[in-house]
Amino acid sequence: MVQKNDSLAKLQYGMYKLKAKDLNLYYGKKQALKDVTINITANTVTAFIGPSGCGKSTFLRCFNRMNDLIPDVTIKGEVMIDDIDIYKNIIDVYAYRKQIGMVFQKPNPFPKSIFENVAFGLRINGEKSKSVLEETVEYALKQAALWDEVKDNLQKSAMALSGGQQQRLCIARAIAVQPSVLLMDEPASALDPISTAKIEELIYELKSKFTIVIVTHNMQQAARISDKTAFFYLGELIEYDNTDKIFTNPAKNATQNYITGRFG
Amino acid sequence: MSGIKIKSEKVIELVMLLCSLVSVITTLGIILVLSIDTFKFFQEVSLFDFLTDTQWTPLFEDKHFGILSLLSGTLLTTTIAVIIAVPVGITIAVYLNEYASKKFTYVVKPLLEILAAIPTVIYGFFALQFVTPLLQKFIPGLSGFNALSPGIVMGVMIIPYITSLSEDALRAVPKSLREASYGLGANRFQTAFSVLVPAANSGIIVSVILAISRALGETMIVAIAAGQEPKLTFNPLESVETITTYIVQVSMGDVPQDSMEYRTIFAAGITLFMFTFLLNNISFWIRKKYEQRYE
Repeated sequence: MVQKNDSLAKLQYGMYKLKAKDLNLYYGKKQALKDVTINITANTVTAFIGPSGCGKSTFLRCFNRMNDLIPDVTIKGEVMIDDIDIYKNIIDVYAYRKQIGMVFQKPNPFPKSIFENVAFGLRINGEKSKSVLEETVEYALKQAALWDEVKDNLQKSAMALSGGQQQRLCIARAIAVQPSVLLMDEPASALDPISTAKIEELIYELKSKFTIVIVTHNMQQAARISDKTAFFYLGELIEYDNTDKIFTNPAKNATQNYITGRFG
Repeated sequence: MSGIKIKSEKVIELVMLLCSLVSVITTLGIILVLSIDTFKFFQEVSLFDFLTDTQWTPLFEDKHFGILSLLSGTLLTTTIAVIIAVPVGITIAVYLNEYASKKFTYVVKPLLEILAAIPTVIYGFFALQFVTPLLQKFIPGLSGFNALSPGIVMGVMIIPYITSLSEDALRAVPKSLREASYGLGANRFQTAFSVLVPAANSGIIVSVILAISRALGETMIVAIAAGQEPKLTFNPLESVETITTYIVQVSMGDVPQDSMEYRTIFAAGITLFMFTFLLNNISFWIRKKYEQRYE
């Protein structure tokens, strides 16, 4: 498979990998996102911060159309990947999701072996060649910095791994499909500090290959790992700028109040 | 006042204990009754003959006591039922869980469960009067009594057992696994059969075992449509007799109590009991062993 974010692709599509324009999302009649517009640069880490219920996870899930699984969701506006509108111009949403890896809040490995977890994405694509599967599994586990810990036990159940290892396994599983974007929904919130540090280190290394968007409640984490930060509040994108700027000299009062811990 | 309270508490506790003892005592009583007459039976018939003789003719002049003839009838009809019910039952469960709208499931699931509530005597005549003639159109020379027709109908009867429990098991699979699968680009079919069904496998297996137990013990359908002819065969087109049918046949006739013929009922009964008891234990063991915890 060809990496979709090579320099040629970048030239072709301009520098923005993901875009949203005037995005409004409703759960039934309740509006969860209001007129959100954002441009996300390729090969950067973008952090979404904001208090619970501000819409940051909902927004993240627009990029791989995960909200489709929830009944009664209405979406208006544009969400684009490589300048293609994913709500209007994508026909096979299942195939589209292969371009977008997703890591969830709680580690959610399948109750299968470590190998089968990582190979899952390839198997559903119909990949049967044992050598291709083995190579990809090794590659993905190495990328996720888990290979050395599990290489002798690939047939062991993934459920037997520690929480931090499970989360890195989930990252490996997402990487194995060779997506160009990684969406991470509070990937370290259920982990201890050491596992968190490993995940953060990993995110930093992965940004050379992927465009990473991460939702986090941990502001130090956002400050440490992200290039750009977007602050959401009550369904609106309040401020979006370089992470340095957001954390040292935010333009909006609400942002200032949130990052200094006055609410949220 | 408080003295009365404490007393009434104790009375309530005693009543509850007695209620729970009912099931235990009944089970022990059944085992006891079965064992006594079975013991008497085996004083006259050797266990070896019982297990190896290929004929079962306790009611005839030339008596043979080969349980295999009845066992084969039971296993044959049950196998046919399971072959029908397992794929259909699980497919319906997956459909209701992953494809159908909530409204559809809400309406269809209770309707499906009605299948389990139809009196089995009605199923029996349905097999004899409808399914058998229908099968005879496709299989020329099929006798009016055969194992296939009641097997199929029994399969339909046990579908709700599989569907209902499997659907519960599938619904209990955490949402996070479903999301992980869709997030990797799996479609609904792949998500259902590569992730959800394996994750729910212990519940599904238990549902299948329950359905098998139900089919093994089923009496009316096979009594009406299978032919009541003990025969060691695995040909579904022939007439057969199951253990349960034999018990009904003998206990309804004029067999004198405490006779040899009478005791055969218990020997056959305990064989059946051992099968269902074993299946129950297997399902209990599976539930314990494969109970996966998602935290």
